[in-house]
Amino acid sequence: MTAAKRPPLPVILLANDLLDGEVVFWTGRVWSDRPQEALIARDEAGAALLEAAAAEALAQNKVVDAYLVDVALDGEGRAVPRHYREKIKTEGPSVRRDLGKQAGQSNLVPTGH
Amino acid sequence: MYRYDEFDARFVRERVAQFRDQVARRLDGSLTEDEFKPLRLKNGVYLQLHAYMLRIAIPYGTLSARQLRQLALIGEKYDRGYGHFTTRTNMQFNWPRLRDVPEILDLLADVEMHCIQTSGNCIRNVTADHFAGVAADEVEDPRPTAELIRQWSSLHPEFDYLPRKFKIAVTGSPQDRAVTKAHDIGLRILRNAKGEIGYEVMVGGGLGRTPMIAKTIRAFLPKAELLAYLEAVLRVYNLEGRRDNKYKARVKILVHEIGAEKFTQLVEDEYARLDGPSIVADPQEVARIAAYFAPPAYEKLPLRSTGFDAAKTQNRAFATWASVNLFPHKLTGYAAATISLKNIGEAPGDVTSAQMRVLADLAEKYSFDELRITHAQNVVLPHVKQDDLFAVWQALVAADLASANAGLITDIIACPGLDYCSLATARSIPIAQALAQRFADQERQIEIGELNIKISGCINACAHHHVGHIGILGLEKSGKESYQITLGGDATLNAAIGERLGPGLDAEDVPDTIERIVEVYLQHRKAGEPFIDAVRRLGLEPFKAVVQETLHAPA
Amino acid sequence: MPLLDRNGAKKDVWIISDDGSADADHILVSVAHLKQALSGNGRGRRIGVAIANTVKLAELEPHLSEIDLVSIAFPSHGDGRGFSIAKQLRHAGFKGTLRASGPLIADQFAFALACGFDEIEVSSAHAARQPIEQWLKAASSISQTYQRGFGAHNILDARRAARATGK
Ligand code: SF4
Repeated sequence: MTAAKRPPLPVILLANDLLDGEVVFWTGRVWSDRPQEALIARDEAGAALLEAAAAEALAQNKVVDAYLVDVALDGEGRAVPRHYREKIKTEGPSVRRDLGKQAGQSNLVPTGH
Repeated sequence: MYRYDEFDARFVRERVAQFRDQVARRLDGSLTEDEFKPLRLKNGVYLQLHAYMLRIAIPYGTLSARQLRQLALIGEKYDRGYGHFTTRTNMQFNWPRLRDVPEILDLLADVEMHCIQTSGNCIRNVTADHFAGVAADEVEDPRPTAELIRQWSSLHPEFDYLPRKFKIAVTGSPQDRAVTKAHDIGLRILRNAKGEIGYEVMVGGGLGRTPMIAKTIRAFLPKAELLAYLEAVLRVYNLEGRRDNKYKARVKILVHEIGAEKFTQLVEDEYARLDGPSIVADPQEVARIAAYFAPPAYEKLPLRSTGFDAAKTQNRAFATWASVNLFPHKLTGYAAATISLKNIGEAPGDVTSAQMRVLADLAEKYSFDELRITHAQNVVLPHVKQDDLFAVWQALVAADLASANAGLITDIIACPGLDYCSLATARSIPIAQALAQRFADQERQIEIGELNIKISGCINACAHHHVGHIGILGLEKSGKESYQITLGGDATLNAAIGERLGPGLDAEDVPDTIERIVEVYLQHRKAGEPFIDAVRRLGLEPFKAVVQETLHAPA
Repeated sequence: MPLLDRNGAKKDVWIISDDGSADADHILVSVAHLKQALSGNGRGRRIGVAIANTVKLAELEPHLSEIDLVSIAFPSHGDGRGFSIAKQLRHAGFKGTLRASGPLIADQFAFALACGFDEIEVSSAHAARQPIEQWLKAASSISQTYQRGFGAHNILDARRAARATGK
């Protein structure tokens, strides 16, 4: 991804876990299934680091479909995707509030990492 | 129902082992994601928005109680307690882990099921009329043909890497309930002047970005020649279909670009070159398969069931359900009952594991252990004695499965849309829910009569919105969900593609607009005139005005 | 580039020579130079032809009996045209060697063999990622499929045989 194609800042990096499918976020150290732990890149240098992390994780067959998502920061400084698609992706089905991350569920098997 | 013999059983087990090995090779890096993706798709595994999704084949929509119970178990053990029936009569689970899929496949193989070719650029799960073997107007049961094609198309060495997906549907009735003209190949079983059975072969139908109605390339293909002829059609498509643009790769574009005549010529040339007898199934094999679909041991019953009549007089809700959800059976004293998965306010086609078990029990007890899944995302108990209908209905009421809306305005077909699907541009389930709520009143639904609404969450058109009487397509417009309405589509023998009524609407405006469209119909219809006929007679203009009103209404 | 057939790795004796000018026993020419190479073939060289997967059967059909090898290019693993071309060539009576050349994956080996291919040529990088053992295993992972006319072992004929012996 070149800088020109990057979404507007700030951004986070998300992907799906290869084995479990769960949507995961790069925390700067590990992949977490909790959106609030996502590392927020506020400048181009930070975004470039996220891209490097994506490339590495893809190469190691840990995650698939990794990409940057532009976010807004809510009152508590947490990242919320600006686009409705990514918002649903980080929460769970809007028609089933009892399912997905919004309900505290995760498919991630911790030993997988 | 078809039962696996030793060959089928081994084939499916070997496919499971093969997939297990493919997953292992993906993990160790032997296969790149690019290489693995088509392999997992051809085994029904998608990566969706929140998780992997597993699509299980329900060949021509036929299930036994034992199979449905196994699906219920899988739903509980590996998913989140529910599944979703698709418009191609498959079942999807929304939350499995890739690491669990091989185990799930083993459980499926235990009950003679699989996920082979439920996705990917290959010949997909074959569909057929959901009233096969039931409808009085049937020339021949389409299921043996569909089963023959299922086997022939499974892991076909030559046709597993086609330009694009390829869907085949078979109907055995003049009244097309399998939407054959919206398929890559539609087969209609018919009799020629000599009384011999054969197929009308239609090619190049499809929805998606460029909706097209299939063209007939053979008016009568003798039954015995089927597989050889299919091989010729597929070979022409495999060689000539476009591969430069995914949106132009379906056979409908090839047929359109070179013309039906030229396409027919290519197929006939290839067919003439083939050695047909070395390809087709021999008559004993065809007979072997057909024997599995012999009619069940029906009882000889009187024309009218007094118990059924009495129950209707005593219980109005039952009478309503019976008048809306039953389909006439070719045998006196029986009926086919549609069980609606369209409860007001719920996601169309979703069914819980608990409900699956209820349906399985009912099938076993009252319908010769058989269920059908319809492309309208409902379930059918195909052979219920009229005497038993009241008991069936009571069990359905207890399981929250007794909505009396089959074929009515709240029997909405909707794809999963952006709540689950990674390709979606907008959500479709909330629109279906809002519309169902708007039209929830039972009497009003019956007064409106037959009207189908189909909602797709993107241009891929999985909900067949183009052929809905009212079609709704969810798109993205300036960062918001926007819904485009089409009118006049028809999925039956008079297949027609709906026309757009105007620019896209906001989600909040959809229910009002649809309600106004329905009001225009109610005002102008002649006595007994169904919605689709009225739309044909009136044209689009009076309905277009409605959309304009919505757009210009003060906020 | 690595070459394999149903028995494993194989030595490639063919020399690519587009215009047929190379001095070798086995030369692989382009379609454009095929006629010329065949007509000038006084000294018993073996001639093969390398084709794109858009070549029409009619172009090769008149020469099939004189060609020893046809190498069909697979531009990507997702492009299955080569399978149909192989089938057509075999059906037209081609008895020589059929080679698939390109980034096929091990899981396509069985399909290729069933369609009439004898051997597959892959890039070195590809072969490093997918060792020969994987190809051989993949080739036999499904013991019988349903299609008649794609190899000896198909379920339909097996059922017929079972019926005949009354099993
Ligand atoms: S129509 Fe689009 S959104 Fe709906 S299921 Fe199909 S691909 Fe997904």
